[in-house]
Amino acid sequence: MTKTYTPPSLIDRLRADYFPTKLNGAVTLIFAALVAWALWNLINWGILHATFSAANKENCGHGADGACWAVIDARWRLILFGLYPFEEQWRSAIACIAIVITGGLSCVPWFWSGRRITTLWLTGFAIFFVLMRGGMFGLTPVFEQNWGGLSLTIFIFASTTLLGMPLAIVFALLRRSELPWIARTMGLIIDTIRSLPLLSIMFTFAIVLPFVLPGWMIGDKLYRVIVGYSLFFACYQAEIIRGGMQALPAGQEEAAKALGMGYWHRIGYIVLPQAFRNALPPTINQLVITFKETSLVVIIGFFEILASGNAAYGNAEWNFAHVEVYCFVGFLYFIFVFALSRYGAHLERRMAVAER
Amino acid sequence: MLAALKNKTTRDQAAQFSFVGVLIVLIIAFAFTARSNLEAQGMTSGFGFLDRATGWGVSFSLIDFSTSDTYLKVIWVGILNSLFLGSISLVLATVIGVAIGIMRVSGNKMAELIGTTYVEIFRNLPLLLQAFLWYAILTNLPRPKDMAEASGPIFFSGRGIYMPGLNVTGFSVFLVALALVAAFAIWLWLRSARRFARMEIARKKTLSRAVWLTWLVVAVVLLWIGRIPDTSLVSQPYLRGLNFRDGIRVSPELMACIISISIYGGAYIGEIVRAGLNSVGKGQSEAGHALGLSGIQTFVYIRLPLAIRAVMPTLINQYVWLFKSTTIGIAVGFVDFFMVISTSINQSGQTLELIAILMGGFLIINYSMAWVLNRVNNAIKLKGNQLRT
Repeated sequence: MTKTYTPPSLIDRLRADYFPTKLNGAVTLIFAALVAWALWNLINWGILHATFSAANKENCGHGADGACWAVIDARWRLILFGLYPFEEQWRSAIACIAIVITGGLSCVPWFWSGRRITTLWLTGFAIFFVLMRGGMFGLTPVFEQNWGGLSLTIFIFASTTLLGMPLAIVFALLRRSELPWIARTMGLIIDTIRSLPLLSIMFTFAIVLPFVLPGWMIGDKLYRVIVGYSLFFACYQAEIIRGGMQALPAGQEEAAKALGMGYWHRIGYIVLPQAFRNALPPTINQLVITFKETSLVVIIGFFEILASGNAAYGNAEWNFAHVEVYCFVGFLYFIFVFALSRYGAHLERRMAVAER
Repeated sequence: MLAALKNKTTRDQAAQFSFVGVLIVLIIAFAFTARSNLEAQGMTSGFGFLDRATGWGVSFSLIDFSTSDTYLKVIWVGILNSLFLGSISLVLATVIGVAIGIMRVSGNKMAELIGTTYVEIFRNLPLLLQAFLWYAILTNLPRPKDMAEASGPIFFSGRGIYMPGLNVTGFSVFLVALALVAAFAIWLWLRSARRFARMEIARKKTLSRAVWLTWLVVAVVLLWIGRIPDTSLVSQPYLRGLNFRDGIRVSPELMACIISISIYGGAYIGEIVRAGLNSVGKGQSEAGHALGLSGIQTFVYIRLPLAIRAVMPTLINQYVWLFKSTTIGIAVGFVDFFMVISTSINQSGQTLELIAILMGGFLIINYSMAWVLNRVNNAIKLKGNQLRT
C-alpha cells in the first residue's frame, strides 16, 4: 500500500494559516474584527455614502457622512495639469504618457545596456520636453512658470535622474580613485551633502545660488532646483554604485588588467555593468524615494501635484474636501511608487534565483 | 615635458592637484562673486546681525522667547524645537516600527496582512502629503466654541489638543527627562558592560532596581521643587469663552509633524526590524526552545537582541535620515530649525550667513547623532569570530 499525497484542502490550509493554535486563533479573530471594522467604515465613507458627481455637490459639505468625490470630478484638471493653459492640456497629458511608456520600456531587459537605456531616456525626455515647452512644430510655447501638476512632478523626477545618474557614476569613480586626495575630497563632499536635509539643498540652490553666481549663469529657478536635487540624488546614488562595485570580486578587475584593458575599458565593460546589476534593488529604492521627495518643491514655491491638490480644495466652494483631495493625490503617487517598488522586489527575487 | 607626462606618478600628482585646485578656485570665485553681488545691493555681510533683536515672535518655543530677543536666541529656539520634534518622532517611529516588524514575522497570517498593508500604504506616500493630510484633519476638528458639551480630560479641537498637565516649570520637566536618559544609560551600562559580566544576577537586579528607584525619587523631588506656586498640582483644561484655558496645549502643527513622521518612519523601521528578525538563524530559536525557554522568552532573550545587533547600522542611517525629515515642519508651520532660518532670511536678508548656520547646525547634529549611535553599535556588536547565525 502506498499512500498517495493529497494536497491539503482549502479549509485545512486556512486553518493552518489562521488558527494553528488557540491563542493564535484568538489573535486572528481580534485582528480580523479590527480589519472588518476599518474596511466597513472605509467602504461606507468612500463608496456607499459618497457623492461622485459634481452635478449634485449640494449633497456634500460639513454635515455629510460620506466622501465628496465631486471635488475630484470638478477639479481634476487643476490637480493634474496645474496652471497649464486649458486648450493645451492634452499636450501635458501626452507628455506624461510618453515618460510613463519610457519608464515601462526601461523595464524590458533588451534595453539594459548603457547605450540603449541612455538613448531611450533621452528620446523620451526630448518628446516630453518638446510637448511641454512647445515653440516647435507649430506648438504654442508654454513657459516653465505655467507648468504644474503631475507633469511638473514627472519633469522634476525625470530630469533629476537623467542628470544625477551620470553624475553619480562620476562621483563613485572619483571616490574610488586610487589617488588619495581625489578620493578623500570626494568622500568629504558626498558625506557632507548626504547629511544635509534635501530641503536645505533645494533652498540653497533656489535662494542662495543667485548671490554666488555671475548673472549669466543663474538661469530659471526651476532648473537651479533640479540641479541641486540632482546633486543630492547623485551623492546617494554614488554610494549605492560604490557598494555595487565593492561587492565585485577583485579578480574581475585583475583579470581585465591581465588582459591589458585600460582604465576606461575596465570600468565601462567589466566593473560598471556588474556593479549596476548588483546595485539594482537599492537603485530602484532610491528612485522611489526620489519620486516621493519631489513633493518637497512645494515648499520652494512650485506648483507640482501636491500644491495643485492644495489649490483644488483651497477655495470657499470646496474647503471641506481636503481628505478627498489628498486621497486622490496620494492615490496618484501610490500608483507610480507602488509599481516601481513592486518592480524592485521582482528584480530582487529574480536575482536571488540567478545566484542560487 | 613629454617625458614627465609619460611618468605615471607625475600624471597622478597633476590630476590630484588640478582636481583640488579647480575646487578651490571655484569656491574662491563664488566668494568673490558673492561679495561683489552683495556690495552692488548695498548689503552688509558678517555675523553681527545675530545680536540684533528679531522683532518677530515664534508660535512654539521650549524656552522663553519674546520679540525683543536676538537672532542668536531665535536660532537656538529653532534648534531646540527640531530636537524636541525629532526625539519624540524617532521614539514613536521606533515603537511603531518594532510593533509592525514583529507583526510581520509573527507567523499569524492576519497580523502579517495588517503589517504588510501598513508598510505598503505609508511607505509609498510622500511624507509631505501625509503631513498636509494630518494637518488638514487636525485643523478641521470642531472649534473650541462649538465644544460646549464636550467633556473628558482630553479635548480634541481645531485649535489643538488640550490635555491635563502638571503645574511645574518647564525647566524641571527638562531635568526629569535628562535624569531619565541618565538612568537609562546607567541601566544599559550595568546590563551590557564587561565589568559587570561576572556579577551575580540577583545583585545585578537589585542594582538596576535601585537605579530606577533613585530616578523616581529624583523626579518627584525635582517636580516638587519646580511647582508653580499658588496653583493646584494638576491643571485640567476647561472651556472659557472661545477657547480652552489651562492644561497643556499641543498645537496642530506639532501634532501633524509628530504623527506623520512617526507613521512614515514606523513603516521604514518596520521593514528594517523585519529584515533583522528574519536574519537570525532558525537554529538560534530552536536551541532556545530546546533549552526549555517559552516562545516569548526565546523571542525576548534570543531573537530580538540578535536582530538588534544585526540591524543597528541600517537603523542608524534611518535615524539620521528621519531626523533630516523634520524639516517638513515648515510646510505646516511648525517653528523648527529650518523654518526659523527661512524666516530670518526673509526678515534680515543675511542669506549666506544663515544658510551657513543651517548647514553647520545640521552637520553637527547629524554627525553627533551618528557618532553616539555608532558608539552604541560598537559596544553591542558581536566581536571577533563569535557565531552569528
